[in-house]
Amino acid sequence: MLSLEQLEAAGGLRTGRKHVLSIVVENKPGVLTRIAGLFARRGFNIDTLTVGPTDDERTSRITLTVDGAMHPIDQVTKQLHKLVNVLKIRDLDPEDTVTRELALFKVAADGAQRGELMQICEIFRAKVVDVTRRSVTIEVTGTTDKIEAFEQMVRPFGLIEMMRTGEIAIARGRGET
Amino acid sequence: MRAVDAVMECLKAEGVDVVFGYPGGANLPTYDAFVDAGIRHVLVRHEAGGGHAAEGYAKATGKVGVAFGTSGPGATNLVTPITDAMMDSVPCVFITGQVRTELLGTDGFQEADMMGITMPIVKHSFMLQHPLELPRMIHEAFHVARSGRPGPVVVDIPQDLSRAEIPYQPVTDVHLPGYQPTTEGNQKQIRQAAKALAAARRPVIYAGGGVISADASAQLTQLVREGGFPITCTLNGLGGYPAPDPHWLGMLGMHGTRAANYAMDEADLICAIGARFDDRITGKLSEFAPRAKFIHIDIDPAEISKNVPAHIPIVGDARNILERLVAEYRALEADRGRLEEWWQRIRGWQEKYPLRYEDSEDSEIKPQYAIQALYEATGGDAIVASDVGQHQMWAAQYFHFDRPRRWINSGGLGTMGFGLPAAMGAKVGRPDETVICISGDGSIQMNAQELATCAENGIDVKVFILNNGYLGMVRQWQELFWDGRYSQVDMGRFPDFVKLADAYGCTGVRLTDKTTLVQDVREAIATPGPVVVDVRVTREENTYPMIAPGAAARDMVG
Repeated sequence: MLSLEQLEAAGGLRTGRKHVLSIVVENKPGVLTRIAGLFARRGFNIDTLTVGPTDDERTSRITLTVDGAMHPIDQVTKQLHKLVNVLKIRDLDPEDTVTRELALFKVAADGAQRGELMQICEIFRAKVVDVTRRSVTIEVTGTTDKIEAFEQMVRPFGLIEMMRTGEIAIARGRGET
Repeated sequence: MRAVDAVMECLKAEGVDVVFGYPGGANLPTYDAFVDAGIRHVLVRHEAGGGHAAEGYAKATGKVGVAFGTSGPGATNLVTPITDAMMDSVPCVFITGQVRTELLGTDGFQEADMMGITMPIVKHSFMLQHPLELPRMIHEAFHVARSGRPGPVVVDIPQDLSRAEIPYQPVTDVHLPGYQPTTEGNQKQIRQAAKALAAARRPVIYAGGGVISADASAQLTQLVREGGFPITCTLNGLGGYPAPDPHWLGMLGMHGTRAANYAMDEADLICAIGARFDDRITGKLSEFAPRAKFIHIDIDPAEISKNVPAHIPIVGDARNILERLVAEYRALEADRGRLEEWWQRIRGWQEKYPLRYEDSEDSEIKPQYAIQALYEATGGDAIVASDVGQHQMWAAQYFHFDRPRRWINSGGLGTMGFGLPAAMGAKVGRPDETVICISGDGSIQMNAQELATCAENGIDVKVFILNNGYLGMVRQWQELFWDGRYSQVDMGRFPDFVKLADAYGCTGVRLTDKTTLVQDVREAIATPGPVVVDVRVTREENTYPMIAPGAAARDMVG
């Protein structure tokens, strides 16, 4: 028999870490609303959300990150399981997961500043995808930490705007996510 | 055949023998299909009446209730019954008309985004996108509504798609890969539960509406009698265990008996079956059953540890689990003597704190006595549908339900206006039973129009209005918790319910004398056709005992 403490730890209490939920859903209208609604009803804030096709055209994959320090997520994952259009949910362990995010940065940089900016790009393995006389647009891929570090570096140049996709995630090793 | 004709074929294949509904523009094709379908349709007077009738039918029969409405206001009028069915896990299918596909999202006439509006209040919903999908969709809707933890399913059908010609072939299977409710309880957990029960010295069985949904009353009764356990039921679980009975503690919760609430408070083991630890049960959560470990049996995994952490969770169908739990428990040959002390303590509470009220000294009818008179006049042999308020609690306390599916009320949502249409649905589903609606002068007016439906269709329900001229429960709270500052609770003298009954084609009776009440009630029930009885009761009577909102069970008052 589990102790009360163990149950509470496994149950509705806050885990204190970021959770990456990888959810396979039927590719049908309204599914995203149903999922988002479950979080909204409990006042949970979704940090990032991405949706894309899978190798099976009948399904889509939603990757969603929530802060377990802010919200108890056990109850919401149980409720997600109850949605008829949800086929599979995994609460990915950050240690055993590869996550990536894509970001585009539009930075104010004229000729004099470009050299330094290009050096930063090289360190981050970022790619310049558009240049004008007064701006450079840069593509970066990586973990959320890396993208946030890059943002710190280019902000002093004059950050005109930034677009981020939110994380996608895949389980490490041979097994399916 | 047209898609709507296929819908009728599907309904017949699902064994639907009655639909409660209301036609309009967007579901004209559906209503055209009714002409030749050979399915009974009860034309209600308001879609909410149809929705609650479907619920009453479902609760009384265990079958799926079906209600139809048109788009826009027809559909939004169903929102309350849909929410009600969600809260009380009632298997219902709601089929709504929708504007033509080319008008979707354009604010077309009588357009309402029914999928969007109902998303948080349905077990599942479907919107038709291609007419070929319709037959399968209908079968899937019924499958989802009745299986697992039952609940409401909405099917929204755009008008143009409903009249499209399709080749119809009977559907024999459903394809819902994401929906596989767990029904088989884990054997190891069941064994653990049996051991815990055998070791407990102060156990309580706490059963809810899930026992009734699962048709597990017989198995529950077996468990209780096998172990000699004290049993209490929630409001929605009444009838799940035959009352009165030596093991029966009465209902628990806010207006439950002291014996039931005190037993929960002092229990060392609580075995919850198809119950969800609602706030009306637990009172102050942090002080709820502080000494107890919990076995929690529920078909819905999301209920486990939602409000109260379960030590032994068992997910699955209550009947299946209880059958095996009884067998496991029996094998342990537990000593019944260990419960003697516990029963003595419980008997002490039962003797000291029976349900009680002060009867009037004259001929005035106390509302509690009115319920007792109903129980006596019927010998308890009736289906009772209740509205919401004080009368509902008195009915739950003083009418003893000895069988499941005899007590029909709006427990979770607390919907005033539920009683009459639910009674109507119950009578349609169980025509051979005496069906009584217990209501109040507030609640009845929220769906009184259905008296016309009853009269037109010969639906023989007997409505007893406990008339105190107040919104009694709100008045009680204002008296107890708001310094007696009455605000908007006096309902005055109107309408005259006897005349109202007459206008609707029902028989109206007014009762004011307690000395002849039982006989008068008997006569009203024996009167053919729908009858409305205006029972004038004490104006300011409070429902006791009571756990004040946010208080602990230990601190019951009254």
